[in-house]
Order: sequence, then C-alpha cells, then structure tokens
Amino acid sequence: MTIVVSRRAFVLGIGAASAGLALGMERRAAAGPVKPSARVFAPDPFIQIGADGTISIVCHRSEMGQGIRSSLPVLIADELGADPDAIAIVQGDGDARYGDQDTDGSASVRGSYEHLRQLAATARTMLITAAARRWHVPEARLVARDGAVWDGKRELTFGELAEAAATLPVPTKVKLGTLRYVGKELPARDAPDQVVGRAVYAADVRLPDMLVAVVARPPVLFGKPAKVDAKRALAVPGVKQVVELPALAPPVKYQALGGVAVIGEHTWAALRGRAALAITWDDGENASYDSRAYRDQLLAAVRAPGDVVRSVGDAEAALAAAARKVEAEYIVPHLAHAPMEPPAAIARVDGNRVEVWACTQSPQDMAEAIADALGVAKHDVTVHVTLLGGGFGRKSFPDFAIEAARLAKQAGVPVRVQWTREDDLRHSTYHTHSAQALAAGLDAAGEVVAWRHRIAYPSISSTFDVTKDHPSNGELSQGVFDLPLAVPAVSVQTGAAKAHTRIGWLRSVCNIQQAFAVQSFIDELAHATNRDPRDMLVRVLGPARVLDQATQGTPVLSNYGEPLDRNPIDVGRLHAVIEKATAMAGWDKREGRALGVAAHHSFVSYVAVVAHVSKGARGEPRLEEAWIAADVGTAINPERVRYQMEGAFVFAASNALHGAITYERGAVVQSNYRDYRMLRMPEAPRAIHVELVRSGMPPGGAGEPGVPPVAPAIANAWFALTGTRVRELPFLPTPRG
Amino acid sequence: MIHVKINGVDHDLDVDPEMPLLWALRDVLGLTGTKFGCGEALCGACTVHLDGDPVRACVTPMHRVKGREVTTIEGLADPPGDHPLQRAWVAAGVPQCGYCQAGQIMTAAALLAANPTPSDDDIAHSMAGNICRCGTYVRIRAAIKAAAAELKKP
Repeated sequence: MTIVVSRRAFVLGIGAASAGLALGMERRAAAGPVKPSARVFAPDPFIQIGADGTISIVCHRSEMGQGIRSSLPVLIADELGADPDAIAIVQGDGDARYGDQDTDGSASVRGSYEHLRQLAATARTMLITAAARRWHVPEARLVARDGAVWDGKRELTFGELAEAAATLPVPTKVKLGTLRYVGKELPARDAPDQVVGRAVYAADVRLPDMLVAVVARPPVLFGKPAKVDAKRALAVPGVKQVVELPALAPPVKYQALGGVAVIGEHTWAALRGRAALAITWDDGENASYDSRAYRDQLLAAVRAPGDVVRSVGDAEAALAAAARKVEAEYIVPHLAHAPMEPPAAIARVDGNRVEVWACTQSPQDMAEAIADALGVAKHDVTVHVTLLGGGFGRKSFPDFAIEAARLAKQAGVPVRVQWTREDDLRHSTYHTHSAQALAAGLDAAGEVVAWRHRIAYPSISSTFDVTKDHPSNGELSQGVFDLPLAVPAVSVQTGAAKAHTRIGWLRSVCNIQQAFAVQSFIDELAHATNRDPRDMLVRVLGPARVLDQATQGTPVLSNYGEPLDRNPIDVGRLHAVIEKATAMAGWDKREGRALGVAAHHSFVSYVAVVAHVSKGARGEPRLEEAWIAADVGTAINPERVRYQMEGAFVFAASNALHGAITYERGAVVQSNYRDYRMLRMPEAPRAIHVELVRSGMPPGGAGEPGVPPVAPAIANAWFALTGTRVRELPFLPTPRG
Repeated sequence: MIHVKINGVDHDLDVDPEMPLLWALRDVLGLTGTKFGCGEALCGACTVHLDGDPVRACVTPMHRVKGREVTTIEGLADPPGDHPLQRAWVAAGVPQCGYCQAGQIMTAAALLAANPTPSDDDIAHSMAGNICRCGTYVRIRAAIKAAAAELKKP
C-alpha cells in the first residue's frame, strides 16, 4: 500500500497514523470531569465506577517524570479496595473541584495524601453499605478487595454495586482501611506507552484544520518590535499569517512575552517564515543587563552589611572577638530548565469558548491567564493536561498557552504554538543569579562561635511585583531560616538585587544556591579546623532536636506549608540520612577515594549525598559514584522516589558542572545544547546508590529534595581530591562561540 | 513527490525537499513518537533509522531519504513494544518524563544491531549523543545490557 499525501491536502493530522491519536485525545478530554449518572457511582470528582465494572481514577497533578501517575491513583485504588493494575487513570483537566493542581513545591503527594485516602475510604464504605443491604448482612462482616465486596464466601463486584451505591447518602465519618499496595514496589504506569511512541505530549495532539505557529520574541525582556517587515516571511510556501502579539508591560506575572508570530501549515513552514522576518527591536531599559557586570554588583552587595533577616545573639561582635575568622564567597549563575520537551500548546477558540491542550504544571493558573488575556470568563476556558516532557518549574508559567489561545482566535482555526530549543533557552523563567558571603568565627578550640551569611539575588517576587528587590521570606525559608545551626551567634543579611530578566522556579529553587553555599562552607570549616567533614557537618548542625522559630531567630518558620506540630523540622532525621549515606559510601574506609558529603532538608524531606570524584584526562572532574540516603517520610511508590533521587543527582550535577545562562546587552547568550550543556552518559556516574530511610513520618517531597546537596557534595569531593575549592558555578563554563 | 518507505509502508510525499524528516514524520504523517528536542542534532530525541543507521531526523532533509527506508519507534518491533530493548526499558522502569526515550531506544537498537555485546564504554560512546534531562543514564545502561544478554540467549 502506498499512502499519498499531497501538499494541497495539508491539514495537519490527516495522515493515517494520526487519526486514532486525534480521536484518542478527544476521548480522553471527554472522559475528564466525572459526571454523575444513574448507572455510574461517582461520589467525588476523583473516582468513577461504571456499571460495567470499569474503575476510573483521576490523577489531578501533572506527570513530568516524577511518577505521580504511578503514585496518587495507586493510593486511591488501594484505599478503595481496587487492584491498582485494573484501574483506568484519567488525567484531570484544570478544574477547581480537584482543589489545588499546581504541580510544584514537591507537594503532590504530601499535599493530597490524606484527603484522597479519605475520599477513597468514603467510596469504599458506600460500596460496602450497598452490598450489606443487598445481602442483608452487617457491614462489619464485609471487606472490599480487588474491585469487589466479599463476605468470605461470595462477592459483588464494584460494577454490580455501582448503581445502588450511587443512591446512598455520602457518609461524613469513615474508617481508613489497610493499604496493601502503597509502599510496595510498583510499576511505572506510562512506561509501556513511552517506549513505543504512543504516550501523548503537548505537541503530539492533533486537531482538524490545525495550523502551527512559532514566535519571534523580544530578545530583551519588555522589548518590543520597532519595525516589522513580513514580506519575505509571507512569501514562504505554507505560511498563512504573520501576527504581532501584544507587547508585555511590567510586571511579568503570568503574561506572554509578546513578539511576532508566524502561522503556517506545518512546523517547517512556520520556522522558515520566522527566519525570513526582518524585525528591528526596541530593547528598552533591560538592554543594559550584562551578567558579568551584574555578578560584580551582587558581590559588592554581599561585601557590605545588609538587611538583617535572621538574628541570634550578636554575630558581628562574636566575629570581631573570635580567635579566628573563616570567610568565603559563593556564586551561582542563572540556570535554565531545558526540559527535553520545549514548551508547546494547542488552542481552539470558538466564540467565547477556549479549549487548550498543554504541557502545564498549573492548569488552573493557565486557564485564568488565558481568560485574562482573551477577555473571557475563566469557566469558558478548558485546559487539558498532556504528559510533560520534563517541567522542572518552567511549565508553571502559562505564557506559551496564552500565545496559542491568542493565535487560535486570530486564525479562526486551532493553532499549536511550538517553542524551539533556542526559544526555550532564550525566553525561559530563569533560576536567579546569586552571590553569598559566609563568615564564621572560631574560638581557640576551633568551635564555631559566630555565623554570618550575606545573600543577594533577584527574587522570584520581582516577576510579580517590580518593586521587590530582596530575597523573600519564602525564598529564605529554603535552607536559610530553616537551617539548623549549633552556633550561639547568627546573623543573616540580605542585599538589594534588581531583576532584569524573568526569574522563576527551578527544581528545588533557592535551596540550590543556599545549600551550595552553606554545605560548601561547612566543609571549608572542617578543613580549616582539621576535622573530618562528616563530623564537622553533624557538629555545626548540632544535636538531634526539633527547630522552633524563636530559637532560629527568624520572622517565619514556614516548613513548606506543613504544620510544625504534625511534621516538625527534625535535626535527628538529618543525622540519620548523613549516617546512612556515609555508611553506604564506606566513608570510614575511603582508601584513596576522594569523597565529599553534603546534607540538606527541603520540602519536608531529608537527603544526604556522598559523591566520589576523580580527575579526567583533561583535568576535569569525573563523577565516579554517588550514594544517596533520603527520608521522604511515607512513600506511595518507593521505586519512583528512589529514581527521583537518582535523576536529581544527574540533573543537579549537570547544572553544577555545565549550567550557566549569561546575558550580554540584555539578551541571553546561550542558544542550544552546544552552549548550554547537559550531562551526557559518558559523564554520568557509573552507579548511583539510593536508600530510603523509613522514619514513618507523613509524606514529604520527593521530586526536588534530591537536588540541593549534590553540587556541594561534588565541590567538597573535588576539594578532597585537588585542594582546590570551587566557589563559583559551573565547574566547567562553556567557552563562547 | 518523494518516495520513501516508512516502517515498511511505501509513501509518496509532496513536500519541500528541504523539509526535515522530523516534521514530515510528525506533521504530515502523524508519527509523533519521534520527538523534537533541539533541531540541530545535539540531543538525539529525534533519532530514527535510515536504512538501519541511526540518524537525527531534525537535520535530515527529505531529499536525503528519497527512495530509502526509514524506521521510527512505532515500527521498531512487530508487535509494537516487542523489541528486547523496549521490554528491558519497561522492566527496568527506565523512563521518567519519557520524552527522550524513543530516541534513546532507537540509538541503542542501532548499537546492538552492530555490536551485540557492547562494553560499558561502547554503550557510553554510542549513547553520548542522546541527552536525558531527567538523568536516567544509569538505568538506560542497565537496560541495554539486559537486552544484550537476552539477545545472546539461544
């Protein structure tokens, strides 16, 4: 058989292979919010049991590799009394009925564990009540297992009970059951589709008559086109329209960046059209942004006294009186997320109705931003969440979907906006550029008697409010306010740093630079006092105890939103992971291996990392092996949690060794993976060993907490090997050109 | 018209001869298993086989594939998913976000076809062009070795 596709018939998705996919997406969309009906038992938005026995469970958080679709639905199925292998997972659209859907802050499991268990227990109770009435037996004699209610001899399947259960009142108080699957080794649910190319990411969605757009965005934030000549672009075969998008005015918020869009019949036409645009840009005042000069400004800011944000005792006096002073400055550059899937979104606009398919971490925010941009009501915007080919915080911003919605409205047909790698690296929501200065006072015996930490970086708050030019309390709650210190005098100070680019969240956020500085500095103190780095780390963190705000000397102790009485910041848990990771690595029998250790608490979890580093043929650091111990509290799917730690090591090592976004004349210098380098397989460690420390505590985060200790562990190992201290990342800056 | 055989099926495509194979596969034929990552042959996400050799579809213009045979992730095995690498990938739970994995598997398949018993160095060398931002390299290596061991069995 020969399939002929003619140029005239160029409507995306008419190819034979795509028809099923388009239908599949329509079906998936239709299956979205669960609607009650007589033949269906749907006691809450997450669970739907059909009379035919199908059990559909909604995953309301976005899957971006962290394994959430292999976790939350398992929890619901398990508590419900269903076999997790026998359920259909429905990806939830953006819908307030699901509650918070922001997939960020390593909060999906810890934020919904108890609520979802409760919902599932309620549904199970109703199914048991229905069976008890059918059989005229007491409910206490019945159990729900593998999708059926049993009385020991006979069973009624959930499907057989669905209709009756749907007529029952929803009980307000139910008992939680015993979980059979949670905490066991569970499969990765999407892997079978992913290895055959069947898994659907944003750019894989096909709609009838869909066109494709790429956008030439202002190279400098808040820049705008001064002159656009679209003649050559419009002459490119397949190009349909050139559309100027509204310019962005501060603050950035969840708005799109503006620019000039080229809409074509397919991606190739749109790309060629964009290349043929002649645009003169009016760069605006951020054109002065030069990251090399800015680095020196940040250093100047941390070399002077700043606003005191954490204070215990009189650190300045204690520093002045100390027998010895150790000081060091640390710099971390801007970083980009560089997910393998560049942002993409598809929109269809029909009157006031807007329908969007996108790789989003935040579908409700996206719907709201699109409603604002198009002047329609939020309830008229539906956001369908596809799989994300990596997110890491970038896809919490809805800008790319706003572009798609505007262009679909303009074109009158569905439009996919496709970002390229260059777009992604040059128009990201960057990790901030930071400088930190640490100073410790030591007494004659080498004990730390004073600690001063000065910090300056543009705040993420600046993206939402241009007047913000100091780190926020939220940012300082990531390894500064909540840092355990057995030091009698502590002063943390912040300096001013105005943002000149779009600052956003990157996996583990300000823990990245703050753990790098603190965990490197403690290692420096160990060497300055001839102590073993592990012992010094435990000594500076201090004895096992629970932190409180008064002793910390901070304005808040926010604990990532978790109540301190329920899940306190526990230094003993940090000790346990340090002990475990160093034992795994054979810390006391190093036998010539250069090992570095670092440990950090973030997102209510505790992670220690030991890295073994050697020197490569060109004198570069080589990652040999890593040992990671993590206490994430209760884990639904421990296999995916261990894997997050493994991946976090590579992600963080990639940033530490290679990552740097720099600016010249206000624009990002880097453009693709050749100058924004990623760790590749030959650079990856030969083994990454991960063990979970089971504390029995409530669930903590899993996606992010593995990142912060990695860069300092590598830096500390490199010092052990070479005697050279790396205080400015990356280790291996990529030369220009 | 450009004649090309894709996953065993003959196609005549009326497309710009300069159009990269990637966009022809994705936009014209709806074969979306092959992913766009960088557009400059830097990341390997779009790896397909051209007459059995791994190529980056994002920089392979259609005129280069004229009269030749292309295999994508969708056509790697019959039934789909039955290649020893695909089975090893699922068994080892290799994917995280999964976006790069089609390209990883296509590169690995070409490696095993040429060298059924690769060393760790052979694997690292062959896979160096495929980036995984999630950091799944250790498991990719393990899965390739598992698949190689399975292929060796009589």
